[in-house]
Amino acid sequence: MLASYILFFLLFLVFPLGTLIMKSVQDQKGNFVGLKNYLLYLQEPALFQSFFNSLFIAIASTIIVVLLAFSFAYALTRTCIPFKGFFRVIALIPLLSPSILAAIALVYWFGNKGILKALLFGNSIYGPIGIIFASVYWTFPHALMILSTSLSLSDSRLYEAAEVLKTSRLRAFLTITIPGARYGIISTSFVIFTLVFTDFGVPKVIGGNYNMLATDIYKEVVGMQNFQMGAVISLVLLLPSLIAFFIDQYSRKKQISLLTSRSVVFKPKKSFAVDSLMLSYCAFITLIILLMIGMAQFGALVKYWPYDLSFTLKHYQFEVAGLGWESFYNSIRLAFYTAIFGTVIIFVGSYIVEKLRSDERLRGILQLFTLMPMSVPGLVLGLAYIFYFNAEDNPINFIYATMTILVINTIVHFYTVSHLTGVTALKQMDKEFESVSLSLKIPLYKMFWKVTLPVCLPTIFDISIYLFVNAMTTVSGVIFLYTYNTTLASVSAIHLDEQGDVAAAAAMAMLIVYVSVLVRIIHTVFTKGVLRRTQAWRQNSLTVVEEVRKA
Amino acid sequence: MFKLLTRKIPISSILATTFSVLLSFSTSVFAGELLVYSSTDADNLKYYMEEFQKDNPDIKVNVVRESTGTMAAKMMAEKDNPQADFLFEMAATVALNMEAEGMFYEYTPKGMDKIDQRYVDKSAPVTWVGNYGWAGCICWNRIEAENLGLPKPKTWAELANPIYKGHISMPNPASSGTGYLDVSSWIQIMGKEKAWKYMDALHKNVAVYTHSGSKPCKQAGSGEFAIGISWPGRAIKIIKAGAPIDMIIPEEGIGWEMQVVAIMSGTDNLPDAKRLMDWTLGRGMSLFGERQSIIADPSKITKDPDLPDFYDEVQAKLINNNFVWAAANKTRIVGEWKQRYDGKTEPKK
Repeated sequence: MLASYILFFLLFLVFPLGTLIMKSVQDQKGNFVGLKNYLLYLQEPALFQSFFNSLFIAIASTIIVVLLAFSFAYALTRTCIPFKGFFRVIALIPLLSPSILAAIALVYWFGNKGILKALLFGNSIYGPIGIIFASVYWTFPHALMILSTSLSLSDSRLYEAAEVLKTSRLRAFLTITIPGARYGIISTSFVIFTLVFTDFGVPKVIGGNYNMLATDIYKEVVGMQNFQMGAVISLVLLLPSLIAFFIDQYSRKKQISLLTSRSVVFKPKKSFAVDSLMLSYCAFITLIILLMIGMAQFGALVKYWPYDLSFTLKHYQFEVAGLGWESFYNSIRLAFYTAIFGTVIIFVGSYIVEKLRSDERLRGILQLFTLMPMSVPGLVLGLAYIFYFNAEDNPINFIYATMTILVINTIVHFYTVSHLTGVTALKQMDKEFESVSLSLKIPLYKMFWKVTLPVCLPTIFDISIYLFVNAMTTVSGVIFLYTYNTTLASVSAIHLDEQGDVAAAAAMAMLIVYVSVLVRIIHTVFTKGVLRRTQAWRQNSLTVVEEVRKA
Repeated sequence: MFKLLTRKIPISSILATTFSVLLSFSTSVFAGELLVYSSTDADNLKYYMEEFQKDNPDIKVNVVRESTGTMAAKMMAEKDNPQADFLFEMAATVALNMEAEGMFYEYTPKGMDKIDQRYVDKSAPVTWVGNYGWAGCICWNRIEAENLGLPKPKTWAELANPIYKGHISMPNPASSGTGYLDVSSWIQIMGKEKAWKYMDALHKNVAVYTHSGSKPCKQAGSGEFAIGISWPGRAIKIIKAGAPIDMIIPEEGIGWEMQVVAIMSGTDNLPDAKRLMDWTLGRGMSLFGERQSIIADPSKITKDPDLPDFYDEVQAKLINNNFVWAAANKTRIVGEWKQRYDGKTEPKK
């Protein structure tokens, strides 16, 4: 089982990347040149500047996002505020929107003709401010997803004990909540850091002259078709995931299961002060997200921003090659396949890593593989797929230029966050469950179907929706891999923007948002029934073991 | 029933099923069709290809379009096992590198003698032919310029005037073909030393370097920056969409770049690929003439009634561009450009 996952990653991540990285020690003709390209790269004038810029942007964005998302997740899971469902859906919107949408909205709000330009006190939105703002905006849902998973499972008994001991709420927060969520906070920080560090979509459109490593790759590969130098820079970008891997290894040793077999599920208690504070905080964040998305929608409905603001629907007539409605349907197909296959592959994978007894070294390798996709920019992954799967001597080159390769590429590209979500949920279940099942001679797969799967169902639904919306919006990887009958809506939005139809690009991007919101709502309604049955144990005070026994 | 089923299935068989279903989505491309790669404007591309199919109803054309850089990177990466049968319009400076890599099939299309010889591949054997081109220009936002009290420039040289500081956006030659077209043409117009001196001064005025050649004109169109260094086709489109833009063709002359077509070596549909190549110099040329202002056979131009003088103005200002020189020296020139300007990242005050 573990071996089949290692094979999966070798085939769809390591070998393709290896093919690309080989180019870093070759010249344009393919001859071996040793470290010459690396030496050339070290002489690049903008190298260190780019490196420190990337580092600065990633660290600043990470700190801001983790603080914002933790508070938001706390409000959703540990307080009694109303409208939680509404806040959840709105907070997901940045994930539903292609990055071009955030860029359009930011320029409309804060650009030189923007209404709120004065808020920048003479600074330009084209630079670090814009990059950080947009990065925080688009990574917020990623952080929220992991953090609310790690905050939603907790043992009520700890808080009861704290209450009996007359511990203040703040102290309980600092000594129970934070340590309990520590694993989630650490993984979130690394996820966000790496996402921002490797993203080129945001700096490309709003970065102005602010150089970063990811845009350097873009310039080398797309501007100059210099794959050798692109390979060198992508290797530099892989470093954070290695660091993340070792810290993760370290922190997992310290993780204790929060949900033991005797746990009682935590139910938040009403507190007027905390609840109203958190309610206004959530409302504030929601308002910012709605303002961003609202501006993009406004831009799609006016004749010519900012000079002719009269209403029109003409931007929704996409009359150009491959940019119309067919690409929209292709995107929906891609999103469905990615959600269905991806969820199965990723959740089973996280179960294998977390719960099955296996060779520690192999497990370590697999864990490293699961963290790698995050630090590979989509652009690099897409190119690597061309080199690897288009090769004539590759036995599976029949998947090149098909829907399959798009689905696999998207699953691999978004593997890490989904995997970490799965692992975070599984970690909170005591290993005792497995020991009990072993001693009762219940086969593991039965245990998986009867206990693990039902307990983790909310997380599994989260993973599937995460994959769905990312497949709707992803651009950087698939832009090299789609072909004439698999054009995608997100790519169309980029093309429309490139040819000057900003409004049409915003219109296409908003269509993507609406479909994702619609799917999200259907998903919520559909899963509510399932969740009510499988998550009943969360609602009453039966201990988990009793629940298992009953089943 | 579902429960009964699922609870007996081991996890490994779920995985096996998942993969076999996933792989079954692969369908092969049919022979006898023409897979065309393109980097020309999406709206024009659709029109040309539809017309070609009307003339040749027995050929089914499948099109993949990307911006120049992305398409070039994709094609270079596919080099060892080319997917496309035909390359319909690609910037010449990029296509020349592909020719050097042996990516094009040798074919001399019919009608090569009737077109402007600047559009012809002079090195034997012939592998490509130019169809139409694009050039540099300045997009000028009337409203913003008036608000800012900026005088309207007539030349490239005037853009170096400190009065324009922070009001200009320009494509980055490292990531945009139009950016490189501007830089390489300035070197040809002004001579090496003067051109770099000019760019030193211009750099102080530039607010942002963009990664796309169209973006500066869009930014000018929405008033982000009053002046965008861009290209005429985009300017016309933005003007027609309602932007308060004037297009300025600088007096010193404008650099230009042609779009070429070629048959990909390794195509499995050579006869149809040849028909498409011939078509571009036949009926295709009059269609290009309806929508382009710089084409290989100027007699086929249909002047745009909204912009009657535009065609002659552009034609008069085109410099005698040396594409071979521009393609061969791209790495060196862009390298120097990056050395001078790309390292400085402080936002301009």
